[in-house]
Amino acid sequence: MEKPYRRRDLLGIRNLTAAEINGILDTAENFREINTREIKKVPTLRGKTVINLFFENSTRTRTSFELAAKRLSADAVNISVSSSSVTKGETILDTALNLDAMQPDCIVVRHSSAGVPHQLAKVSKAAIINAGDGANEHPTQALLDAMTIREHKKKIRGLNVAIVGDILHSRVARSNIHLLTKLGAKVKVAGPGTLVPKDFEHLIDIGETPESINPRSKIQNPKSLEVCQHVEDAIRGADVVMILRIQRERQDSAYFPTLREYSIHYGLTNERLNLAKEDAIVLHPGPMNRGIEISSDVADSSRSLILDQVKYGVTVRMAVLYLATGGSMTGG
Amino acid sequence: MDESSLVEKSRIMDSARMKRAVSRLASEIVEENHGAKELYIVGIRRRGVPLAERIVDKIEALEGVRPVYGIIDITLYRDDLSTVGANPIVNRTELNEDIDGKIVVLVDDVLYTGRTIRAAMDQLMDFGRPKKVQLAVLIDRGREHRELPIQADFIGKVVPTKQTEIIRVMLKEFDDLEAVGIFERPAE
Repeated sequence: MEKPYRRRDLLGIRNLTAAEINGILDTAENFREINTREIKKVPTLRGKTVINLFFENSTRTRTSFELAAKRLSADAVNISVSSSSVTKGETILDTALNLDAMQPDCIVVRHSSAGVPHQLAKVSKAAIINAGDGANEHPTQALLDAMTIREHKKKIRGLNVAIVGDILHSRVARSNIHLLTKLGAKVKVAGPGTLVPKDFEHLIDIGETPESINPRSKIQNPKSLEVCQHVEDAIRGADVVMILRIQRERQDSAYFPTLREYSIHYGLTNERLNLAKEDAIVLHPGPMNRGIEISSDVADSSRSLILDQVKYGVTVRMAVLYLATGGSMTGG
Repeated sequence: MDESSLVEKSRIMDSARMKRAVSRLASEIVEENHGAKELYIVGIRRRGVPLAERIVDKIEALEGVRPVYGIIDITLYRDDLSTVGANPIVNRTELNEDIDGKIVVLVDDVLYTGRTIRAAMDQLMDFGRPKKVQLAVLIDRGREHRELPIQADFIGKVVPTKQTEIIRVMLKEFDDLEAVGIFERPAE
């Protein structure tokens, strides 16, 4: 059941070209103005249906997709795992086929296993948007991060970006590494040794199904990604410092001794941030643990753009929904 | 549609005639509205934008008052988004000043089916409640092509055309020359 490939699905950043990424970001720029209007709604996707299928809890991302759909006049339906028939024993593919039978135009899916959106894309007639799959990718997060960076730095090429924290389990890190390196930034990652594999440069392609590996899109210049032993080495000279969330449940898996120790060695404090460029900006995908991966004074400082990220999240998702479900035009 | 393959059948305006038409449009707008102080000139992307800018400059020269100026991109309000093909590119709408109580003059290059103007008016209404909305176009292709009950208040030139013909308004902002021509697809 092959669909004609027109990039209706957004499964990850990995298989996008730099031109396609810039195309999405440019489209998003032009959607910004809508969110500042008094009537924050345009009729563009009137009559289209968007299903938010969330097998994993998320308030922010789901709300952001829901608002994006509604501001484009699409009808948005939210399905979360607790209320779905998955708990009654249905397989994911059956759930997808059942939803598909209701003829939605777009399914936004989040799942704790990598590759679920890719599987759905094979059977569904609707456009599939990946809202996070396991430790694989979270493309709209990387896009909204890029939009925030572009807004404040006016470019991405040539920037030094530090990504700090649980790189191993982070889909945010993977999508961001793909996006930033494709657009010409230099990325340094750092965190506890247990959470940052030393040869991560080569591991980044793990978790991808063979048919979806696209040779064009492997990280273009291996030197554009560097694993640092110390957080300080990653942050020194950085234009952008991206802090990842420490998932407290990981603590039980003995990746690091205590949250307090994590905070002492890896937390972003003003002192560590001072190693970055004077005009460096701080990003965090949220929800943040104050006092653990980021200190409150950094989180509340003017360098922290965490709320801008949330704001651009709606804009980027509007652009993504438009590109996934918006049709085309005929003559004038 | 590949624009480069079109054949020009006849030239209906050169740069001097276009300039005169724009000047006349500006004077008519001011005359009709008793001056410029309530005016809000809004160009429709793409080719309405440079025309609107020229009208604004002309009105300022005539009246000594520069009317408020804005830009509308109608992509998100189109009625043909479901048709199969590539995604139309979304550009930004820039209506930075309040339109409430203003006399909005929409400016476009060609009036044909009227659907673009419908989309522009729908968008305007999402921004507020103008006192009046008027329409100025450089070329009106004639009422027989209209698919909606929309007419222009200010017209540079009426050019009766066949449906197979294409009117191109060429502006130095986008093209190499300033002219208006009737084009046709080459015979197969």
